[in-house]
Amino acid sequence: MAIVKVCGLETEYGIVVRGVDSNPVTASSLLINSYLADLSSVGFDVESERPGADARGRELSWEPDPDVDSLLVNAMLTNGARYYVDHAHPEMSIPEVADAREAVVWDAAGDAIVRRSMELANRVLPDGAEVVIHRNNSDGKGNSYGCHENYLVDRAVPFGLVVRGITPHFVTRQIFTGAGKVGSERPGRTTEEVGYQITQRADFFEEPVGLETTVKRPIVNTRDEPHCDPERYRRLHVIVGDANMSEMATFLKVATTAIVLAMIEDGAMPANIELADPVADIRRISHDPSLRATVEMADGRRMRAIDVQWELLAAATTWAQRHGFDAVAGEEVGALALREWEQVLTGLDTDPERVADVVDWVAKRRLIEAYAARHDLRPGSARLRAIDMQYHDLRPQRCLAARAGLRRITTDDEVRAAMTDPPGSTRAYFRGRCLSKFGDAVVAANWDSMVFDVGSGPLRRVPMNEPLRGTESMVGNVIDSSSSAGELLRRIAG
Amino acid sequence: MSESMHEQRRSSSQDATTEVEPSESTRAEELRDELDDLLDEIDEVLETNAEEFVRSYVQKGGE
Repeated sequence: MAIVKVCGLETEYGIVVRGVDSNPVTASSLLINSYLADLSSVGFDVESERPGADARGRELSWEPDPDVDSLLVNAMLTNGARYYVDHAHPEMSIPEVADAREAVVWDAAGDAIVRRSMELANRVLPDGAEVVIHRNNSDGKGNSYGCHENYLVDRAVPFGLVVRGITPHFVTRQIFTGAGKVGSERPGRTTEEVGYQITQRADFFEEPVGLETTVKRPIVNTRDEPHCDPERYRRLHVIVGDANMSEMATFLKVATTAIVLAMIEDGAMPANIELADPVADIRRISHDPSLRATVEMADGRRMRAIDVQWELLAAATTWAQRHGFDAVAGEEVGALALREWEQVLTGLDTDPERVADVVDWVAKRRLIEAYAARHDLRPGSARLRAIDMQYHDLRPQRCLAARAGLRRITTDDEVRAAMTDPPGSTRAYFRGRCLSKFGDAVVAANWDSMVFDVGSGPLRRVPMNEPLRGTESMVGNVIDSSSSAGELLRRIAG
Repeated sequence: MSESMHEQRRSSSQDATTEVEPSESTRAEELRDELDDLLDEIDEVLETNAEEFVRSYVQKGGE
């Protein structure tokens, strides 16, 4: 019986500061500190405007001191997310959620927080300077950064089975999860050979399985750090995906992956779906936006990526009839996932333009091709590369994805709420609510524990080893009706 | 859950590779009609010095 696919997303954003010398670590620190300083000065009313306030008079200043700043910037937010500097990028790890739709909502809230941070950071920069954030995965010059996914997996399932089952999905799902890219960053491949490709990331994968994330990147990452009960669970850490601008693409990425993992746990995978050479295949598929390329299966057949996806969908449909949707948090999201999965494959298999409102690489290609035709631009020209970059630009006045007609599946209201409120479906609820209501008493907040100082006696550590405990239905009332952290801890212990 | 999610066509047949259902093709036409306006808008919002914008965008690897 598959376990509930608690999941999360970690997005590393591209960052540059224009108009003033800077380094990315300092810039990332400034970005995040600006947001945190604003929270502490005005509470959590992120919508409040203070046009008369001169932010440059505040404590936060533009002082490049990366060694000090970056160590300090690692914050758990009241929505249960972690906002921090990772290497030379700002990174948002959304709170763990129980289904793919919630993942999209808190992912969108993460972007909204980063946008707000940009606005605040720009107030402390000199006139004419601005910090610019891109939700992409490559600078077009061979440097890549990730949008990682995490899924809760049953420890009892041998890891080899997980690898065997999930690899064909990771290699072929890109036909609807790819964010698109002008050119290739693969040494030796020219823009003439690869004018436009399906993913941002495929150029950077060199191993089928491994522990690395920054060199020799593997399709299946073996990091074994569950952030919960290690006897019962794995956290499958997925580094192979692109950061999507399309909400429905993010939904499909997470939902289909959760379903395939549940199928692996239930022994419901189709037979003979293994690829002969997944590392070569992930690039071959990415470099062929016609979707006609075939890859060799372990049994010698040749299949297109979309044929592999049709087989996975057929098996998923059978799996759902037999096992239901409990593992993906219920009928509503599960049935929606299967329906949208089928629709996106149907569109891609007939006329990809039909899914230009869902699939990022199709939406982006449409802009690039039309713009190139209007201005008679050569493939790979600077303006086309600028369109590629600005598709992912989080500045509202510059973002092209926001103008591309992508279908949304969230509402502004729920995204705004998710900037400050945790999901109710996981332990993130306990973490987030404790931070917002008893923040002064919280000494440390981690994914799998919290430490409180209740004012007397030793520090109190609350383990959170079960991702599905500490939910709103379990602890909502007791948090609401406790007047102090001490009272809360006494009551949950009793 | 937004309304637009429920407006999508329902295709019951998995191998409906030749079916183009009305709401879908209408949507595609709308998208094409909007494209010209969109290109005008891109001309407005695209960085004026695209060459410099692209050249100066250099990131450190992450993860």
